[in-house]
Amino acid sequence: MSALGLAWEQFRFERKLFWRNPSSAFFNFVLPLLLLVLVASIFSADPEQLEVIVPGVAGMSVMATTFTALAFNLTFLREQGILKRVRGTPIPAGSYLGGLLGSAVANAFVQVGLVVAIGHFVYGVDLPREPLALVGVTALGVACFGAVGVAFSHAIPNFDSAPAYANAVFLPLILISGVFYSADSLPSAVKTLAEVLPLKHAVDLLSTTIVTGGPLSAGAVGVLAAWTAGGTYLAVRFFRWS
Amino acid sequence: MLGRPAPGLRPFAIEVTGLRKHYGSVEAVQGLSFAVEPGEVYGLLGPNGAGKTTTVEILEGFRRRSGGEVRVLGHDPERRERRLQEKVGIVLQSSGLYPRVTVHEAVEHFAKAYPSPRDPAETIALVGLEDQGDSRVRELSGGQRRRVDLALALVGDPELVFLDEPTTGFDPAARRTAWNAVRRLRELGKTVLLTTHYLEEAQALADRVAIVKNGVIVAEGPPGELGPRSSGYRVSYLSEGRRVELHTDDPTELLHRLTRDALARDERLEGLEVTRPTLEDVYLELTDVDRPAVEGG
Repeated sequence: MSALGLAWEQFRFERKLFWRNPSSAFFNFVLPLLLLVLVASIFSADPEQLEVIVPGVAGMSVMATTFTALAFNLTFLREQGILKRVRGTPIPAGSYLGGLLGSAVANAFVQVGLVVAIGHFVYGVDLPREPLALVGVTALGVACFGAVGVAFSHAIPNFDSAPAYANAVFLPLILISGVFYSADSLPSAVKTLAEVLPLKHAVDLLSTTIVTGGPLSAGAVGVLAAWTAGGTYLAVRFFRWS
Repeated sequence: MLGRPAPGLRPFAIEVTGLRKHYGSVEAVQGLSFAVEPGEVYGLLGPNGAGKTTTVEILEGFRRRSGGEVRVLGHDPERRERRLQEKVGIVLQSSGLYPRVTVHEAVEHFAKAYPSPRDPAETIALVGLEDQGDSRVRELSGGQRRRVDLALALVGDPELVFLDEPTTGFDPAARRTAWNAVRRLRELGKTVLLTTHYLEEAQALADRVAIVKNGVIVAEGPPGELGPRSSGYRVSYLSEGRRVELHTDDPTELLHRLTRDALARDERLEGLEVTRPTLEDVYLELTDVDRPAVEGG
């Protein structure tokens, strides 16, 4: 079978595994949607707030399904020796990792779609202004947080500590990046930090494509691209199969 | 002794010449040489830390060597060519499996990576797991998981199978089952490189055994022929409650003298035994940390 065919087989296998693990399915899909519904219900009378929350939770979902999920998964696969087992078969590294990453990408797109759909049908937020750009921005966010997640997994010593490591990054980041409220209200020092990190820019870009329309911020695209490049370098440079 | 085969002869399945591996200043493998014929079951026997797993993981392509030459089915495993991986099956000392897949799903999935795989169901039956095909991996016992490892190593119908300590932690019954599976591999014409620290396992399975200690081979040969060249026989008996042990190349003469003297004293030789040194004696002698290694093989 070709390398591409094997990547597809791996992708399908990973999809099957994903749905067989109820807790990962819950954290990937249900938890962000639950947060969306909870926070949106608080502000449901205020359309302006809803227009912050929908792109915010979409950005959070991209990060949860790629960064957090991959940091968890790779730590588990490495610790269990599954990566090493795969390494001992003729499955090309690119096919295996392609299937694995592809599964995370699929989750991210499904999740963004769900967030947008709930925003529209339940809370009356307009449908995305720029649907094509939304796909492009989601793809950029997926590449960025996927690469950084794989790179970050190299720093996690073992699977027991993976949740602590991932949440130590994920939770502060969603609080300073304007996921649930506009980042404009944050103190300037925190704002500066958020400007350097990718999530705020991903949320801004999602906001442009979903809510306001118009041209994408070149600065935001640049920050995400820089994190993608740096994350990819570290992910590849320090990748360990065991 | 280990030179390249003459032109026209079949090449070795595995050929290792002067293999070295160091981790920092620690020399794990210090100039190891051996060759494995196609269809042969070859055992690397030695205590933990002797360098067996390092050697096998270099042959499997997981580790880079520090020095020496290695050929596996004519390839250099360090280059990690897919053509080589397709002809090799690997049972690692420990490797995980997705806990939520069934045995059949796992075997079927990995079968797709090979150009001409065995039938998954037949492979599962080959390792004796036909009743567990639909069980999820997490529901299996340790011994059953080890047999899944073997099934996954065999599903690509490899020419060469690496078994790194395949029965460590098994109860005796599970070990017998695993041994039968290895014997089936020989019947199928597979070349097998087996590492073990169980002497009886090497004795039961291997056509030839290399005893490895501190990263070098201290003895090599068929298990029945491995032994020190001197002191071919051990004669022992009880004298006033204590066992006296004598070593000789010619037990006839020694026994004649012992029995003649005993008869002359009108005594019996209690507990008289004449034994060949077993592989165990050789192994213990060669790997005993308190005693210097003996040249043998």
